[in-house]
Amino acid sequence: MKGESPLRLSWRRMRDDRFAMAAAGLVLLFVLAALFAPWISPQDPNDSDLLRRLQPPGWMEGGEWAFPLGCDALGRDLLSRIIHGTRISIFIGAAVVLIATVLGIVTGLLSGYLGGWVDSLISRVVDILLAFPYLLFAIGLMAMMGPGLENIIIALAYKEWVIPCRLVRGETLALREVEYVEAARAVGATGGYIMLREILPNILSPVIVVSTIRMAHVIILEASLSFLGIGVQPPTASWGSLVADGRSFIWDAWWISTFSGLAILLLVLAINVASQGLRDAFDPRLQ
Amino acid sequence: MNPGKLLERLLHLIPVMLGVSAIVFVMMLATPGDPVNIMLGEQQATPEQRQALRKDMGLDLPAPQRFVHFLQNAAVGNFGMSYFHRRPVIEVILERLPATIELTAASLFIGLVLAVPLGVLAAVRKNSWMDRLATVGSLLGISMPGFWFGLLLMLLFGVWMQVLPISGRSDLASQVPVVTQFLTVDALLAWNFTVLGSALRHLAMPALTLGLPMAAVLMRVTRASMLEVLQQDYVTFARAKGLTRRRVLFTHALKNALIPTVTMAALEVGSLLGGSMIVETVFGWPGLGRVVVESIFTRNYPLIQAAILLYALTYVLVNFMADLLYTQLNPRVRL
Repeated sequence: MKGESPLRLSWRRMRDDRFAMAAAGLVLLFVLAALFAPWISPQDPNDSDLLRRLQPPGWMEGGEWAFPLGCDALGRDLLSRIIHGTRISIFIGAAVVLIATVLGIVTGLLSGYLGGWVDSLISRVVDILLAFPYLLFAIGLMAMMGPGLENIIIALAYKEWVIPCRLVRGETLALREVEYVEAARAVGATGGYIMLREILPNILSPVIVVSTIRMAHVIILEASLSFLGIGVQPPTASWGSLVADGRSFIWDAWWISTFSGLAILLLVLAINVASQGLRDAFDPRLQ
Repeated sequence: MNPGKLLERLLHLIPVMLGVSAIVFVMMLATPGDPVNIMLGEQQATPEQRQALRKDMGLDLPAPQRFVHFLQNAAVGNFGMSYFHRRPVIEVILERLPATIELTAASLFIGLVLAVPLGVLAAVRKNSWMDRLATVGSLLGISMPGFWFGLLLMLLFGVWMQVLPISGRSDLASQVPVVTQFLTVDALLAWNFTVLGSALRHLAMPALTLGLPMAAVLMRVTRASMLEVLQQDYVTFARAKGLTRRRVLFTHALKNALIPTVTMAALEVGSLLGGSMIVETVFGWPGLGRVVVESIFTRNYPLIQAAILLYALTYVLVNFMADLLYTQLNPRVRL
């Protein structure tokens, strides 16, 4: 193992974790499904036909294999809607986490490196935002801004950034006084250079690990908002709203809510397991 | 903790609470639509009447002044009128709050009662099938969306087995005198077990929906901290002294191992408060969470504003109390 780079070493640790690799494979499948949704969906997700209203899954009596997971109340193919719903979940999860991570890195670096009033100000804002239960905060913002894809992203990113910010601030505080940073300072490097070139590369791996864990959380939050009817609006298929649609028919069409929710569970579970593997491999300190 | 320190900690809460209030105020300030129009709804009004109403609601004042008024009014529980109910917001909140408190308390109880013993067991029998089951259970717990879990329970116990009611609080509530407004407690006080049974059966699924995922998170924390504590010298020493296994575990180790569990439980109250909105909607539970969700669709902003403020302040106070509890669990922790 001598001479191996830390990155290669971490990758090897990750590769040996078969459970995490299988989960990562499942996440990849979901991503591919999202990317190629129009080509792999057996039907048009918005094509309704009341003759197929609440048609059961293919293996049940009255079902047909052209609509393998059955149909919803408007006779739309459930599997196709779930596949298209993957796009919404993954897109919102990735967008929120990306925005929050960038914002968190910038504020965390400034707060940790500059200290003083900048740190006090950012830390107070973080404290106040942490005082709100997450879902409640998002519900409040959505009530104010109204439903819609962009609004969900904004509503979730508003609070999400505090998590990478706190992490980056803590790591920056620890690194601010280490020798190589002092050396850079001694040769006249500017604050911006030190933050971006000396500190950031060294704290990136825990930030990436935490971001992947957070993505699972964001996906559940988006589904929750859509379930309540204040997220993505119809006819766009979102997993949360699919579960909500099926709720009224739970007595005679259990498959609508069950399979839509199962998709959320599988993706979130896969992200959680894969990110735990990533954490163990790349940053054993976070365990 | 001495009274001086306690006061200092309490004073630290003030800027956070002010900040929370400011954010809630700004949220509503930025809400599109004229509150006067929303309040009037379909009713016709002359421009003069509108102006009078605007003045009456304090909407003609500059924002900073309105914020001061908002704080003054909030301090005495005056959150204005609920547009939808045509009654003071505080009345609606007080009417709905007991059901939400009953639900969250039951969920917290389920969460802790399951998490602590299972977490200890998983730590003591590390790598056994019990431990693995606990790990899988906790992974499922954090990955499962609450609303879907609620629907699955509903499908299983309400639709297929038909052993639990799928919606509402209890249809027998009128049979017992209202004392505390918590139906289970009132039924117990009246010694009426028919009503108590009905109340518990209605409470079971919503409380499990909220409590089980919480148990999963807390169990993981308890397991991890118990494993750490069991390796400490004082535990080895207690064992060497010849104390019974039970005594070492429950008297010496558990007390310290519970500190992270308490922190996490306090943080999880946030999930319970947010989650209660979802669960109350799924099970038609007549609590505050459900009325908040309904208020979004009726644009009943004063109620949303008051509820968010109330929930956030409750969350801050619960976390403050968890801090205080640390000192009881471990006197070495100084605040």
